[in-house]
Amino acid sequence: MALNKAGVNLPEECGGHIIKPYTGPFAAVNPATGKMGFGGGSKLCVGLRAAIEESGLKDGMTITFHHHFREGDKIIGQVLTTIEEMGIRGLRFAPSAVVNLRNPSIVHFIESGVIDRVEASGIRGELGDAVIAGAMEKPVILRPHGGRPRAIAAGELTVDVAFIGVSAADEYGNANGVIGENACGALGYSHVDAQHGKKVIAVTDTIVPYPCTPATIRQETVDMVVCLDEIGDSDLIGKGAARLTRNPRDLLIAKNTAVVIAHCGCFENGFSFQTGAGAIPIACTKYVGDYMQEKGIKAGFALGGVTSGIVDLLNADLINYVEAVQSFDAVAARAMLGNSRIVECDSNRYANPHNKGCMVNRLDIAVLGALEVDVNFNVNILTGSSGEMLGGLGGGPDVAAGAKVPILALPLFRGRTPSIVNKVFTLCTPGETVAAVVTEVGVALNPQHRSYDMLRDSLKNADVAICGIEEMKHLAETITGIPEPIRCTDRVVALVEYRDGTVIDVIRQLEK
Amino acid sequence: MNRDRLRRSVLYASASNPANIAQAPLYRADCLVYDLEDSVSVAEKDAARFLVYNTLRRPRISQSELVVRINGLDTPFGRQDLEAIVRAKPDLIRLPKCESPEIVHEVCDEISRIERDAGIEENSIGIMAIIETASGLLNARETAMASKRLVALSLGGEDFTASMKTTRTAKGTELYYARNVIALAARAAGIQAIDTVYSDINDEEGLVEDTLAIKNIGYDGKVAIHPRQVDRINTLFTPTDKEIDKAMRIFAAIREANARNSGVIALDGKMIDAPVVERARRTMALAKATGKWNGGDEDGVE
Repeated sequence: MALNKAGVNLPEECGGHIIKPYTGPFAAVNPATGKMGFGGGSKLCVGLRAAIEESGLKDGMTITFHHHFREGDKIIGQVLTTIEEMGIRGLRFAPSAVVNLRNPSIVHFIESGVIDRVEASGIRGELGDAVIAGAMEKPVILRPHGGRPRAIAAGELTVDVAFIGVSAADEYGNANGVIGENACGALGYSHVDAQHGKKVIAVTDTIVPYPCTPATIRQETVDMVVCLDEIGDSDLIGKGAARLTRNPRDLLIAKNTAVVIAHCGCFENGFSFQTGAGAIPIACTKYVGDYMQEKGIKAGFALGGVTSGIVDLLNADLINYVEAVQSFDAVAARAMLGNSRIVECDSNRYANPHNKGCMVNRLDIAVLGALEVDVNFNVNILTGSSGEMLGGLGGGPDVAAGAKVPILALPLFRGRTPSIVNKVFTLCTPGETVAAVVTEVGVALNPQHRSYDMLRDSLKNADVAICGIEEMKHLAETITGIPEPIRCTDRVVALVEYRDGTVIDVIRQLEK
Repeated sequence: MNRDRLRRSVLYASASNPANIAQAPLYRADCLVYDLEDSVSVAEKDAARFLVYNTLRRPRISQSELVVRINGLDTPFGRQDLEAIVRAKPDLIRLPKCESPEIVHEVCDEISRIERDAGIEENSIGIMAIIETASGLLNARETAMASKRLVALSLGGEDFTASMKTTRTAKGTELYYARNVIALAARAAGIQAIDTVYSDINDEEGLVEDTLAIKNIGYDGKVAIHPRQVDRINTLFTPTDKEIDKAMRIFAAIREANARNSGVIALDGKMIDAPVVERARRTMALAKATGKWNGGDEDGVE
């Protein structure tokens, strides 16, 4: 028996339960953080350096970011510059994706040794060019959007310090991407960093009175808040509404895709879909909306990256709910404010194949883009015609695996390069998860896909030509000729992970 | 050369742009015109001709009839165009500035000579003549009958209005007379009539209105200045379900009357006379040609 701090006499044990005596209101600290509460009630740090120092970032640790600010991001550059000034080196740089950031260039931080490993869904631009030319000693790990939360939850990717850019925050760590100068909309890719980051730093340029609402990034997960003069270039984050393309080729592909969607066998009340960004999906979204109106059909939900086109359908009452992982334009970003029918969907809920059920599993129809597809329906969304890093895995492999009818929409050829080939240069999405390939000339169905019978039967009377994938390949090659194969060395510069963490392909260094 | 093939849409693709030339066959135009004339700058004429020549010699990738608009024979390029292009065997030559039957004769002689030189079957290449001046219009009747190579007369609306010292309007009243003359001349000669471009590619409603108007004059098709116009034009020249249904009911009424040995045939209280039957026949011919109807010949009247 002993007295606790409140003067109550307690047994040491009771029915097998070891009793911890009360030691005072602020004495028992969180064993993980050594803290109990945050004195002063504010988590604001003056400048990035102070926040990074407080985070305890050390050589060899992992830092993460999101790519919701796209090419308008000014946080990654400032953070890496500060880290370089602090003399910290050998970090693992693991953003949700790397877009082409030039000022400062990410490659500089590899050359200076600040970064020695990269993990992301894609590494477009200068960094990609450098990696494929052999700039990094250790291979880059590329994971689809669903693979990243899986890897983090599985402990394969530990997040030591997560830097989460937010367009507005309060001093206690509630934050979002929908208000403020640099609103980017949904912050779906950063939730997993907030939940699993050992230290989480919210970086903003707009401090609002407590509580910042809506709080999609929440105070429970945030250690520090930093307010910078600028976190982004709102023009590059996304302006206005994504414009409907006038490119006749893209419109034709979009039209064919919409015909396939409207006749795919599950285009009925309550269906769900994901179309994505890019000229073809945006036009396709509009055409699908026309079909919905014509046939009096309303979608249950739309998922994924959201464009103004999806917002138009929501406003026309053609969609019940939108689950937005990211927002592709300013209209889509602003539409989230005060609209309870657009909700922010985090990447774990969106696409993690190893949780108890992600949203892509509930998709009926999905439109996917690609750089290449081969005669076995295997998809390349990473490397371009000269082997350069052009795309990113994105959610492609996740959506293809989850959706009942995943449709790949792409032109027969781009410039002088056929898009339909014998064998893709980099395998990203396995062919058996692709139901159909749509091009300018029609649709090719994949006999290996689980929805093949349904598609074959329901497309019989649709106004779209059904052709074989070999036939499409032949046509593409007739127009462009067959390109010389890309020459590579034996050295592997990047591993392409499938969503479950297995490696589906590797990317080798290009021959000079 | 297939004189009477379907020519609802006649899409221009400028030979100054290789990407356009590669992409153009995929837009499902009935006719595809590789243009060497107005859309190609003087400095690029050789390169354009070379591109079209090589394109024509590659395997065909679509069902489109392949046409080349050459430069006029009054320019330094027209004869060079023919010399190269005829050897690559397009289906048709689209001939600009057809002022008179003499110009058609001149071009036909030139094509015949090259066909012989190159060992190509004679008269295998047809001509679509463009009327685009006031005097050309006044000679349209004779021009239409100038050669058996001619498969169609076409109106060049922009140049024609310029030659009339006026401008084109959305309503197209300035073209009304010319459109009628060309349709008349073509029909009288038993060839097709193809209308001019609708230039405002973003005005879909205007395109529809314009196309319906010329279709009603009797045109067989229309030139498209942009691929986005092709589908719309094709649809407007394709019989609707309602039109096909009406034609079928006309034939059914005729069959029924024949079975009853009745001379008087009526449908929905209206007499079915020869023009009605002719229209129904044309509807069904178009419906078959456009793939809209796959029934057998028994649908027509013997």
